[in-house]
Amino acid sequence: MELTVNGEKHQIDADENMPLLWALRDLLQLTGTKFGCGAGLCGACTVHADGMAIRACLTPVKAVAGQQITTIEGLSSAGDHPLQEAWIKHNVPQCGYCQAGQIMTAAAFLEKNPSPSEADINQAMSGNLCRCGTYPRIKAAIKDAAASHPGKGDEINGGEVNG
Amino acid sequence: MGAKSMDNRKGIALVSRRKFLQLAGLSGGSLILGASLPGWQPAWASGLEADTKLNLFVSVDSDDTVSIICHRSEMGQGIRTGLPQVVADEMEAEWAKVKVVQGLGDKRYGSQNTDGSRSVRRFYDTMRKMGASARTMLEEAAAQRWSVPVAECEARAHRVHHKPSGKSASFGELAELAATQKVPDDASLKLKPAESFKYIGKPVPTYDTPDMVTGKAVFGQDVVIDNMLIASIERAPVLGSKLEKLDDKAAKKITGVIAVERLDGGIEPPLFHPLSGVAVLATNTWATMQGRKALKLSWSDTPHAQHDSASFIETLKQRVSEPGKVITQHGDAQKALEAADKRLQATYSAPYLAHATMEPVSATALAKEDGCEIWACVQDPQSVQAHVGTALGLPAEKIKVNVTLLGGGFGRKSKPDFVVEAALLSKKTGRPVKVVWSREDDIHHDYYHAASAAFFEAGLDKDGKVSSWLQRTAFPSIGGTFAPGADHPAPFELDLGFADMPFAIDNRQCETAQAEYHTRIGWLRSVSNIQNAFGVCSFADEVAHAAGSNPEEFLLELIGPDRKFDPSQGEYKYNNYGESQEKFPVDTARLKEVLRRTAAKADLSSVANGRSSGEGWGIAVHRSFLSYVGIATKVRVQNGKLEILEMHCVCDVGLAVNPDRVESQMEGAMVFGLSLALMGEIKMEKGAVSNSNFHDYPLLRIQQCPAMSVEIIASEEPPAGVGEPGVPPVAPSITNAIFAASGTRIRDLPINRHLTLA
Ligand code: FES
Ligand code: FES
Repeated sequence: MELTVNGEKHQIDADENMPLLWALRDLLQLTGTKFGCGAGLCGACTVHADGMAIRACLTPVKAVAGQQITTIEGLSSAGDHPLQEAWIKHNVPQCGYCQAGQIMTAAAFLEKNPSPSEADINQAMSGNLCRCGTYPRIKAAIKDAAASHPGKGDEINGGEVNG
Repeated sequence: MGAKSMDNRKGIALVSRRKFLQLAGLSGGSLILGASLPGWQPAWASGLEADTKLNLFVSVDSDDTVSIICHRSEMGQGIRTGLPQVVADEMEAEWAKVKVVQGLGDKRYGSQNTDGSRSVRRFYDTMRKMGASARTMLEEAAAQRWSVPVAECEARAHRVHHKPSGKSASFGELAELAATQKVPDDASLKLKPAESFKYIGKPVPTYDTPDMVTGKAVFGQDVVIDNMLIASIERAPVLGSKLEKLDDKAAKKITGVIAVERLDGGIEPPLFHPLSGVAVLATNTWATMQGRKALKLSWSDTPHAQHDSASFIETLKQRVSEPGKVITQHGDAQKALEAADKRLQATYSAPYLAHATMEPVSATALAKEDGCEIWACVQDPQSVQAHVGTALGLPAEKIKVNVTLLGGGFGRKSKPDFVVEAALLSKKTGRPVKVVWSREDDIHHDYYHAASAAFFEAGLDKDGKVSSWLQRTAFPSIGGTFAPGADHPAPFELDLGFADMPFAIDNRQCETAQAEYHTRIGWLRSVSNIQNAFGVCSFADEVAHAAGSNPEEFLLELIGPDRKFDPSQGEYKYNNYGESQEKFPVDTARLKEVLRRTAAKADLSSVANGRSSGEGWGIAVHRSFLSYVGIATKVRVQNGKLEILEMHCVCDVGLAVNPDRVESQMEGAMVFGLSLALMGEIKMEKGAVSNSNFHDYPLLRIQQCPAMSVEIIASEEPPAGVGEPGVPPVAPSITNAIFAASGTRIRDLPINRHLTLA
């Protein structure tokens, strides 16, 4: 089976029902995507498939064959995605384990909604747990990234955004 | 927690380069310093002897890199930043040129048991000395090189400057010569004055954050070793139970499954032994999980299979209503109660809790004839050495433990049962093995925070003054995990916010009642402070309302005059988190200051708190881990629905070495406390845990997280605990607020048994 991850094509030898999470972690050794619950309850495994945030633990590899998968390792080439920068600025992570999933969820969401309200952020991020309790800083970092890169989300549409 | 031993012999010594490299796995390094450190071991916890003369290191490379070993585990508290920033500051190293190296498990470092909120307070002074010593040696090297008096040389920003001539040399250039200098003795060391601190007390950015936001950070679950097998283990659901029958034919047919192995278990006391189980080993995690589902097996019966958490808590409540074992006694509480004008009683309970670290535990092992190498997310690598060594029949020093980052710890990862599993399976299969715990495994096989009940009774005199106070608690002791026969809360658990209750009441008595264990009990972030503070801070609030007083004024009076007191009495010796009471007294003045500032965040007037508005404020203050923390919470209760509107934390943690990480720990503690108070409940039926994942053991989600603030009181007192003390006052601040808002007093946690969460 062929998987395209972070722009690279990989041939993998896997049961077609194997969740993408284990294909990424065990077969491609892309361990930035985390295992938190295996049941779609925590968001630690969030990656993008054709720009959409999905839970890799519940997505069989066959469902994403032919799609562009992006993991935390491929979100930006130099770790300088506006959210990654905002995360550093607000010193968001504690243990860090949930943070790849948080950032991937937030990145897909900001693409669609570049100037979110507090309620929008709450709703978008409600599927991502953080046991360490970094929620206040996650919120602040998302707001900051949205404010300092108002055009970011509109790249897809090529339009102007007020911000 | 348990017996402690301490050795105050401190001194800094050059250690051989070979030893340093061996400990750290470093290359290069010219100036290498070691320091002997005080040792600390909870003897019952690890079975390790308290080895006292041990080392910690800093090295300077000729390329200017300063490598600082962090010998404690990083689990989100920022220790890989906090300790090195102290060394770097004293040393005049530039943070950008500092490399933090994770120390392997090694007794020579002193205790590496990262729990009890003690990393900074235990190692702050030593780290300063290490930095100062390195600085002095670099200055001496420069003086020698330039043939000038050392007094004319000054280290500043990673260089040594010759003041009269203005010439300078980098640390890297001086490293080799510095390593040949005599190590200054403690007495001659000059520490920097506080006003010239560059990093201490400043929000130095967390060392690992860039790796964490790019997916490069390596946790226990992320370890990859050539040729390794991945293991998933079906374990006995009830304590003491053993495997009876196994049919693994179907499991072995799954593509990718290589082997099925049994693990012996069912031992009591459970210690850190693996549970009885069957491991499916495969080339990938998916296959091992599929194989495990295909196992057919049965387990032996054990007396613990009668255990039911709901009826157990009822039993505990019954037991605390009757006279118990007296621990401390001041005046005559019983007589004063009988003479009281008004008497008040209340019984509280709290359920079992699971740690639910975001990263389920995981360990990788490669066992060989003569040794074993481990890569794992562990809070205490030396305990791993001891237990893996015993399991494999090897001396502890033959076990090499590489500590990865921990995706949360909270006490779970100081129990190395999962590492022993990996080591045994590697030995059986002859290949490296990574044991992957699933979330279900984590919830089903934790070392749980104990379920508890506590009874309180107070007597008020005619003027509404509290004349007597009786408190009695029952919960299965952590001691039961380590020694047979533990059936009462142990003194070390009463040290945590119960027997050290700070109220100046003439007649008061502290008692325990019977509670036996039926599952593995362990320590969870702030330990029995959770239920102890819930009881003490709730009941004080109840009495305040009964006396018709404002909770702040009432509490100030209850705490009484400014004083430092020793809670020890008779047989009961207060352990004070292993620290001396001279250095870290129980200080009511500090507690009262936190109380005043906490109350100032709230509006405790009866106007603000009312059943008509459905809104109300609650406060709670508590000393634990030598720190003082207050929480003020505002809630709305309407039609049986609860909303947490605001939460504020005020803390006095002594000197805040890294204020940003103190703030983040307090934010984290509030979220942790909210989860446990609102929705934390592990249920056991027929001896087995019936929760399984985040749908039935929920954690607070972002939309439930209230607006928060943290105020850190500026202090020159020695740094005290930070990771844990924020948790205990959270639950009672919420239930006190609920009472203010609605008149409903919640005495049985979690709160979602009584109110729906908005
Ligand atoms: S691991 Fe996929 S949602 Fe938790
Ligand atoms: S930072 Fe630890 S779980 Fe989110």
